[in-house]
Amino acid sequence: MFKLVKNLNYIWNKFRNYNEDFWDVLEEELILSNVSYETTKQLIQNVKDYSFNENVKDMQVIKEKLKSELINILNLDNSNLGKLNFGSDKPSVFLVVGVNGVGKTSSIAKLANMLKNNGKTVLISAADTFRSAAIEQIQYLGDKFKIEVVHHQKNSDPGAVVYDSLEKALAKKNDVVIIDTAGRMQTSSNLIDELKKIVRVIEKKLGRKPDEILLVIDANTGQNAKSQAEVFHDALGVTGIVLTKTDSTSKGGIVITIINDLKIPVKLITFGEKINDISYFNANDFVNALLG
Amino acid sequence: MFEFLNAKFEDIFFKIKNKGKLSPKDLDDTLREIKLALLEADVNFQVVKEFLDNVKQKAIGENILESLTPLQQVVKIVNEEMTKILGQSSNVINFSQRIPTVIMLVGLQGTGKTTAAVKLANLIKSKYSKQVGLIAADIYRPAAILQLIDYSKKINCTVYHEDNNKDPVSIVYNGVDFFRKNSNDVVIIDTAGRLQIDEDMMNEVIAIKNMIKPHQIYLVVDSMMGQEAVNIAKEFNNKLEYDGIILTKLDSDSRGGAALSINYVIKKPIKFVSNGEKIEDFGFFYPDRMASRILGMGDVLSLIEKTEKIIDDKKAKELEERIYKSELNFEDFIDQLKSIKKIGSLDKIISMLPIMGKNKIFKDINVDDKQLDRLEAMINSMTIEERRNPNIINGSRKKRIAEGSGTNVSDVNRLLKQFESTRQLLKQFTGGFGKKGFNFPFLKF
Repeated sequence: MFKLVKNLNYIWNKFRNYNEDFWDVLEEELILSNVSYETTKQLIQNVKDYSFNENVKDMQVIKEKLKSELINILNLDNSNLGKLNFGSDKPSVFLVVGVNGVGKTSSIAKLANMLKNNGKTVLISAADTFRSAAIEQIQYLGDKFKIEVVHHQKNSDPGAVVYDSLEKALAKKNDVVIIDTAGRMQTSSNLIDELKKIVRVIEKKLGRKPDEILLVIDANTGQNAKSQAEVFHDALGVTGIVLTKTDSTSKGGIVITIINDLKIPVKLITFGEKINDISYFNANDFVNALLG
Repeated sequence: MFEFLNAKFEDIFFKIKNKGKLSPKDLDDTLREIKLALLEADVNFQVVKEFLDNVKQKAIGENILESLTPLQQVVKIVNEEMTKILGQSSNVINFSQRIPTVIMLVGLQGTGKTTAAVKLANLIKSKYSKQVGLIAADIYRPAAILQLIDYSKKINCTVYHEDNNKDPVSIVYNGVDFFRKNSNDVVIIDTAGRLQIDEDMMNEVIAIKNMIKPHQIYLVVDSMMGQEAVNIAKEFNNKLEYDGIILTKLDSDSRGGAALSINYVIKKPIKFVSNGEKIEDFGFFYPDRMASRILGMGDVLSLIEKTEKIIDDKKAKELEERIYKSELNFEDFIDQLKSIKKIGSLDKIISMLPIMGKNKIFKDINVDDKQLDRLEAMINSMTIEERRNPNIINGSRKKRIAEGSGTNVSDVNRLLKQFESTRQLLKQFTGGFGKKGFNFPFLKF
């Protein structure tokens, strides 16, 4: 199911018997898949140590060890994985953030539609008041899939949009509010301030933090994805990642690095242009795609 | 962009800085570290391998192990190879004999095509005084057409669009026709984002190409892209044979791997780079300057050029001289503050300055453009004499300045202190290559 990563079985076909060169080939492939050098080194060292200490030269056993190392990284805290936290009070609030062009707005439409199909009443808050036509884009999607969108004028205060959205959701007893925010470079401190303000508005209105702060990352992104995650995480405390465009790359190894280094779970992946091209992330499937 | 590589190279070079001679092991270690730095910066694996082979061969060829100044030699070789990889500079646009010159932009979703289309239109308009029209051929993404219309309002360009036509090929055909009849010089086509593996969508853009025969096709590439960038560029080239690359989002802290890989593998030049949210944040790509920036030699040239666009030639010359001579006073300072605002955010300006100090210092600085407004207010509250000779500012003058600018005396004190440090700092900058660990006090609020 995952095209996100290239299947590495060919390495095992090449190295049917143990050979020191195996480690170099594996290292090269992992780096090529955008796993960071640090993570690659750490992964390989763990498996290598195991092989050395236990004197294991059976390639299949080595593979199983690598698999379990990967699943260890990816599973993090099992309870958080592939699940959204809806909290105990209505409405659940999901704040969606990310840099430009990663597919925030499309992901929100997909997520809203998925939740709607699961019987939830969803409201989208169009708090990207910055990009030209961002409001129109989400409105169009809302109309098309019959999901209510609360919006103001372009360049209006995003905090005010969020405030209104929450008022409305409380009045109508909506289950979920999903907030679309402006995509700007993580290096822009204005954006981070704007997002912090949105969080404050939510806290003031509901007396709690958003139930999820979801960072959207384009699966094509290289090592910069880690820096994106770091900045947003430091400022806001990201609770989960939405990985988009997974149909367009076989080099989504950055996922491993982000989870390993920052301990943020990947919650959702999107994989196409259709509204239903979204699903929860499953670590076992991911590892099987890589080494299955 | 490139801060990451810049910092890495600085560390690498620093290690061999004081070596009188390089041992073979030193050379191997250095090469290995360069390899890791490049890989961590998303440079394509194949490119890294060839780059290292070339550097190694040159190093041996030039007898680097015998050299008494190995650092200079290594830097020189790496710089040459880096420039080679980044490709030839091609800072001209070929306009066709008959109008209109048709330029088509293609690329994946979310790379910034629409924004790049408007910025390119603006560049052509302002630099070549041509009349530019835009065609909205993205009929798929909701509100994409509206985005183009809305954004291009800022530069007064006509956007051709057909809201009920679902056939991009005919929209483009009609659009080019429309602009030809209106005697526009240049037409830029903004196409829908597409995956290189989506056959229907690729066929659509091929059909547009065959029908219109654009004079130039540019692939728009997100600079944050990882190892996949080269494959995507390759696939698009196989199907479309584009003429060059537009590299976007250079204002992110992207590590620049795509820039270092695509040209080398595909042999198509990076033509333009886009590096900010403002319409002016767009220009030609200069490989040699980029190489220097990566290796920490700074990019004062780009900075000066950028400034020139904003202020007139004479002022630019003056500024250039003053930067070099460090003869600032508050009058220049306010002039420059105004120009700086026009150039863009402070982050961007910093990134152009030659920095051989620890880049980590800059990471911790919160560069807030609003502070500039306060500085401006304070300087505006000074008399001309005070601006020219800040040394005369005593207690009562400070009080007056604070009151006039709505700040307090401690703010004024800080400004004076920072101003002095800035003067010192500029002296260091112009001292050039090799300075370690200095500070940027002017920005520490």
